[in-house]
Amino acid sequence: MSKMYYRELYCGTPARYWSGLALLGVIIAIGLGAAYYMEHNGHWVTGMSNQIVWGLPHVFAIFLIVAASGALNVASIGSVFGGPLYKPLGRYSGLLAIGLLAGGLMVLVLDLGRPDRLIVAMTEYNFKSIFAWNVILYTGFFAIVGIYLWTMIDRSVNKYNRTVGFAAFFWRIALTTGTGSIFGFLVAREAYDAAIMAPMFVIMSFSYGLAFFIITLIAAYIWGDRELGDFRLTKLKNLLGVFVGAVFYFTLAYNLTNLYITQHHGIERFILLDGGVYTQMFWIGQIFIGSIIPLFLIYSPAFEKSRWAIAAASIAVLIGGFFQIYVIVIGGQAYPMNLFPGKEVVESGFYDGQVMSYVPTLPEAALGVAGIAVALTMVAVGARVFKVFPETLED
Amino acid sequence: MSNKSDQPNMDRRKMIGGAIAATGAMTIAPGVILHAASVSDEASAGADAKHRWGMLIDSNKCADGCSACVDACNTEHGLKGHGRPATDAVWIRPVKLKDKQTGRENRLVMMCQHCEHPPCVDVCPTNASFKRVDGIVLVDRHRCIGCRYCMMACPYKARSFIHEALTEQSVNAPRGKGCVESCTLCVHRVDDGVMQTACQEACSKEGHDAILFGDLNDPNSEISKTLKSTNSVQIRADLELNTGVRYLNL
Amino acid sequence: MRSSLISNSTLLILLAALLAPAMQVFAESRFVTENSKAASLKSCVAPTNQMRRNHMDYLQHGRDDTVIDGIRGIDYSLSECIDCHASKDQQGQAVSVTDEGQFCQACHEYVAVSPACFQCHRTTPDTQAGAAKLGHHSGDSDPHEGLDIQLPAGIQRD
Repeated sequence: MSKMYYRELYCGTPARYWSGLALLGVIIAIGLGAAYYMEHNGHWVTGMSNQIVWGLPHVFAIFLIVAASGALNVASIGSVFGGPLYKPLGRYSGLLAIGLLAGGLMVLVLDLGRPDRLIVAMTEYNFKSIFAWNVILYTGFFAIVGIYLWTMIDRSVNKYNRTVGFAAFFWRIALTTGTGSIFGFLVAREAYDAAIMAPMFVIMSFSYGLAFFIITLIAAYIWGDRELGDFRLTKLKNLLGVFVGAVFYFTLAYNLTNLYITQHHGIERFILLDGGVYTQMFWIGQIFIGSIIPLFLIYSPAFEKSRWAIAAASIAVLIGGFFQIYVIVIGGQAYPMNLFPGKEVVESGFYDGQVMSYVPTLPEAALGVAGIAVALTMVAVGARVFKVFPETLED
Repeated sequence: MSNKSDQPNMDRRKMIGGAIAATGAMTIAPGVILHAASVSDEASAGADAKHRWGMLIDSNKCADGCSACVDACNTEHGLKGHGRPATDAVWIRPVKLKDKQTGRENRLVMMCQHCEHPPCVDVCPTNASFKRVDGIVLVDRHRCIGCRYCMMACPYKARSFIHEALTEQSVNAPRGKGCVESCTLCVHRVDDGVMQTACQEACSKEGHDAILFGDLNDPNSEISKTLKSTNSVQIRADLELNTGVRYLNL
Repeated sequence: MRSSLISNSTLLILLAALLAPAMQVFAESRFVTENSKAASLKSCVAPTNQMRRNHMDYLQHGRDDTVIDGIRGIDYSLSECIDCHASKDQQGQAVSVTDEGQFCQACHEYVAVSPACFQCHRTTPDTQAGAAKLGHHSGDSDPHEGLDIQLPAGIQRD
């Protein structure tokens, strides 16, 4: 194999690069303004309420955090499992993981009721809380992936690459398990009290992270006018197909279990049949756009060599994944908690027994999109100042 | 009142308090202060682990259309609506139920159930949700970061998030934007030895007597005696949270 | 090395000598707002210079005592600060302690701090409920009068 050279990524003309960055900057500025607006007025200006306590910002945040851990996959395959084809992509994999996590965390933190008290979250830990663990897992992820990147880039510390790679791999599994457990350990709500949530989030992270990786990799190599070989891309594509299938399998297992348990028939009926917007998001968003279309694009012989099909499949996986998290987070809250089994609520002073509606507002969406912009900005700047991308990835 | 014997001996406290106060605020070195002694002679003794405060609600006595307890709670804690029911704080709420099979109707009030094993305390990342030694579950608003994980975890929908800036709060319940809150079992009254919550007081005044507050650990308290002799239930008893609020005739 | 040490300590002594009169004036000065209960009292619950320097620590400690351990009626209670230091306007209405030029605001503004206390705590005395009704400090002993604090030598109680 010929020697691999890495070089900073310059895309076309400087004007194109700087105007791209400026656009991302504007999106971030709008998002920060939206966060200030929501914090200044209080959360009543959002669609969130005492019934739907986590809204669109949380969907964006969880989506980005889960994808962050999955984006590290390629690096793990390269250095832990010894896949030579993946090894040159390891640096970018680490950079993307850090960027996505930073974007997700920004959204999560700016939606807190008291973001000014972040220092409390950093200094006061309740170790029975999954959230407290996640604070450690998220900050630790930055540190470990940072060191991982260092061992990949700096030849003098390259001998530690495999060890650090192992550590990063286990850390990221823990991180997604922790994120999934946020929902898995909630006994109160019928949609959430299932331990399968944790492994399901791990596999979701594989899928979304790789989709993010593929789409941004293709974009970077187009902008940088560099060569990207079909063989390598096909490898990534096939891997994505396996992950999409696995997510589908976990979705099936989760829903079939619920369908068997009489107590959970209500929530299943709500998600699968008569939940209105959530039912549509499940069938059209998660299943059709997120599973069927990508599987078709990936495995159909008609698109075997088509780069556009790979890009489209990745985007479909991301859209489907977004809806999947929306259904889990918001759909799970919209369905009423069953406080009084066997009884029907005739009247209530606090919406007992009622399906709650949630209409996301513009500021919430602006904050969420700013999270994605933060991730892309970090990637764009990181790839420009560090030697992240191989000069050529031809076969 | 039956728990008079629980009250501290004030004469004795006064003497100790005076002695402490004399040395109390003295500066040992610049910036180092003897804090432990900053309690005046009138301070209450504080929460005591030998009590477990709880409530018993008789669903048969909860009268249709009555909102005396809700109004009393709102006045006591300075809860004012903003005309936005989805985001306004609710500490206590009436719920009317109908059995799907038999058609029997019930009415009751729901509030924080003050669990022995509260899920909100388990999930709180900063220890802001906590259980006092006497079983009252509270939010320390000095630590609450407003993540709302406790609201996701509470099986009783007992908690509210404060969605707007507030002014002129009640001294009984300092509260503000961005924190989570719920029924405090009128902790300010309990600490002052007033053994009656605002909701119970209002319910009795209306002549319904559907709410009974008391010490679950004291076998001679009215609540303990009633619980021992009648068949009460916990809501969502399947979760084994051992709630401090129990229901009769549900 | 040696010489620089000497010059440093000399400098410090000089500085202290210069600052001492200014500090003395500051320590003896008293700031209370007109028409507040504090204006009619001899001193705060602790000597003024201690309160100025340490009130935030007292309050922070007291808040944990009260919120977590349920100890009420402590000397250093924020509601007591407000009951005492809030002034009244010409109509006899209480003025918020965080209004321009009022007790809390004036000093916090001067030292450029913005404490979060008043996002949750009210800024005028609560006449509706709470302390008075439940008997806090309504008895015979007023902590402002009753404290007989042994002060370190050289510090005068104002």
